[in-house]
Amino acid sequence: MSFELTSVTVRYSRSARPALTDISHRFAPGTHTAILGPNGAGKSTLLRVLLGTVRPESGRVTAGGQPVTAVPRRRFAREVAFVSDREEISFPIGVREYVALGRYPHVGPLAPLRARDEGVVEASLETFDLARLASRRVADLSAGERQRARLARALAQEPGHLLLDEPTAHLDPGHQVETLERIAELTAKTNLTIVHVTHDVNLASRFADRFVLLAGGRLRAAGPAGDVLRRDRLEEAFGCAFHVTNLDGLGRVAVPTGRRPRGGVA
Amino acid sequence: MTRGRPFLVLALLLLAGAAAALFTGPARIAPAAVLRALAGEADEATVAIVRGLRLPRLVAAALVGASLSVSGAVFQALLRNPLAEPYLLGVSSGAALGAVLAILAGLGGTGVVALPLAALAGGLGAIAIVFAVSRVADRLDTHVLILSGVVVSAFFGATITLLLTFAPERALRSAFFWTLGSLAGISWDGIALLAAWSIPGCAAAWSLGRALDALALGEETAASVGTEVERVKRVAFLLASLLAAATVSVAGVIGFVGLVVPHAVRLLWGGAHRTLIPLAFLGGAAALVLADTAARAAGGPVEIPIGVVTAFLGVPFFLLLLRRRSAP
Repeated sequence: MSFELTSVTVRYSRSARPALTDISHRFAPGTHTAILGPNGAGKSTLLRVLLGTVRPESGRVTAGGQPVTAVPRRRFAREVAFVSDREEISFPIGVREYVALGRYPHVGPLAPLRARDEGVVEASLETFDLARLASRRVADLSAGERQRARLARALAQEPGHLLLDEPTAHLDPGHQVETLERIAELTAKTNLTIVHVTHDVNLASRFADRFVLLAGGRLRAAGPAGDVLRRDRLEEAFGCAFHVTNLDGLGRVAVPTGRRPRGGVA
Repeated sequence: MTRGRPFLVLALLLLAGAAAALFTGPARIAPAAVLRALAGEADEATVAIVRGLRLPRLVAAALVGASLSVSGAVFQALLRNPLAEPYLLGVSSGAALGAVLAILAGLGGTGVVALPLAALAGGLGAIAIVFAVSRVADRLDTHVLILSGVVVSAFFGATITLLLTFAPERALRSAFFWTLGSLAGISWDGIALLAAWSIPGCAAAWSLGRALDALALGEETAASVGTEVERVKRVAFLLASLLAAATVSVAGVIGFVGLVVPHAVRLLWGGAHRTLIPLAFLGGAAALVLADTAARAAGGPVEIPIGVVTAFLGVPFFLLLLRRRSAP
């Protein structure tokens, strides 16, 4: 299965300027795509279009050839998991119960978990080093632990696709790298397709193998690092100056160096 | 493990409440005579008191308490707000308006059908208005739901005040008692009607189970784990509102049960709705049976309105629980 967008335009209200304009892109199976762009570029909207929670004004969004909004949610959730940056937790919930919600699409609203479901939950807790925290409450976890719990919940869905919205936003560098390394290990093991919204160009460059650059709701560039993580493209999209270089073993590194793009108009 | 223990605790509490409800009352009847009367083997007067007064009242209290408590649990999950309760969205004020209109029209005395039906109609009217206002582009907006509920409530409240300003003394008193709730004089017919709705209603609320757990994480995450969010919200709103409306139409407005019981169950035993809903059902039944028995016993010849008792018992218990749970 793969996601495909064809001429997608999204408008939140009739009068507003479109959040996305005429986006076409195919997310190849087994790839890790980073969606890059400045604030308000439409990155999160793009993710929600893939999820089917935001409906485009025009254009087609398909998963495995089927329009995403036509797929029943439980079936969709067995294939696509999502880690939001806007999640709230209104009531006290234990870490194990929280991760077990990832089995919802497999067991439904009422049936008890089967032995296999329990096994997946335990394995997911294990993968993200949460086993010893399993009986704690999610609200009592640190930001890094909570992010691991979100990923564990998403992976308990046993999805083929993982959509991530700013998964490293509130983490320190150590936890940022740790989070993305765990995801990379999983990708290598399970052929997971990842779509990853971030505005951290360097983390994206380190972990992703495909890049989509958005600005002002339009697709500015898409493809491998060499086509997208270029000085001219980044400067145009982010509206600031960049120094872009290749570091041994790290790939491309882009450092913002000033408010104005060199040679740009004031 | 201790999985069954909360059920056992609440079942014992309900049993104790039931015993108190059957064995105590203004008429002094020996426990052995009560048991004989339940089997229909005592003198006519005793059978009439036990089977005709105490037993229906016990069953009504259990059903009303259970329905209010389940309704509150569902509203709390739907609105993602631990302070939500069955009457928040205007059901009670709508029902009260219906009841006051019936009382003013002189239908209060006939009691049996007119008053409950008028209250039910008022409650359903409020639900319909709030639902229609909160539905924007096929989505039910829970923030708008709370606001429109509160506003509709206030409007109905003002209407009631206006009506009662011009009402005769007698109507005023009967409206006053109605808004404090009472389980006196509920007939087996009324109980059958309530049961026919509230038992399937509570079962349906239970069947939402994990969907309500998922909703607590926010609508976006809930959708991502496979919840049909809009459908679940619609069903939850209608179920919880109709449960509340049904109880109000037979027993008036009884506060605190629908707020305190589900919240206490959450605090004591955690939040998964597959177990929370049945626990809230048992806990609500036990709480209202105990409160009703206390209401009958405490005031001597005068019966204290049950809404006062639920507040007097519920508030200290709740404050105690809050303090204990928030202590380090």
